[in-house]
Amino acid sequence: METVVFYVFAALALAGALLVISFRNPVSSALSLVLALFSTAVLFVLLLAHFVAVIQILVYAGAIMILFLFTVMFLNLKSEALKFESQNLPFKVSMLLAVLLFVGYFASLGFKKGISLSNISTSNTDGFGTVEGVGTTLFTDYLLPFELTSILILVAIIGVVAIAKKRAN
Amino acid sequence: MNVSIEHYLVLSAILFVIGAYGVIARKNLIIVLMSLELMLNSANLAFVAFSRALGDMTGHVFMIMSITVAAAEVAVGLALLVSIYSHRETLDIDVLKILKG
Repeated sequence: METVVFYVFAALALAGALLVISFRNPVSSALSLVLALFSTAVLFVLLLAHFVAVIQILVYAGAIMILFLFTVMFLNLKSEALKFESQNLPFKVSMLLAVLLFVGYFASLGFKKGISLSNISTSNTDGFGTVEGVGTTLFTDYLLPFELTSILILVAIIGVVAIAKKRAN
Repeated sequence: MNVSIEHYLVLSAILFVIGAYGVIARKNLIIVLMSLELMLNSANLAFVAFSRALGDMTGHVFMIMSITVAAAEVAVGLALLVSIYSHRETLDIDVLKILKG
């Protein structure tokens, strides 16, 4: 059962990711990105990360995607404004291969450790990934980084208002 | 056959490659930003997978931080994009390579 769910949603995530980079219309890409992010959230549930899965749907698939769609529709792009994709196929294929090589190198480094999921005792997974568990970790060991996050968000808010504000001529 | 952490890591690596390819090969600034989100998301998947494998919830905390950074980055990036589009009337990154304002 778990295996089937993993493969189905892994395939959906891959399909969504591939559609993001192949659509020409940004609205279609944004909707495909929702598919990819939602499938990843299901995979988080499989990994016993329930709280993080909810956060993923609320923040990523909800807030961030709304922001993308809002911007695309706010800009009201003409169809001529989207006709600039390069048709340089050899360049694209060589770039894809270069990226594959680069990531494959690091992936092969990571696999030498060989951590398996089976060596975890079941008692350890009690309350693992719940709101209580993540909250305890977040507000004890990582309290300072968590509070510093609010400064980051404040800076982002001020920056966005300063950048996007219409300048008085 | 059980699903092991390697399955998640391979999926994460593939998603990362797709996102990196989108950042490099696409010319539309909006889609470049979306591919960036894909790359961040694949890193989050690796964080959570390792967190599960090691039985330690630190990975979840890092994932929440990563989501926060991604949200801030998207907000600033899209504000810049709106500003650029009202200036230049295009989102082609080959046109937008000039640093002069």
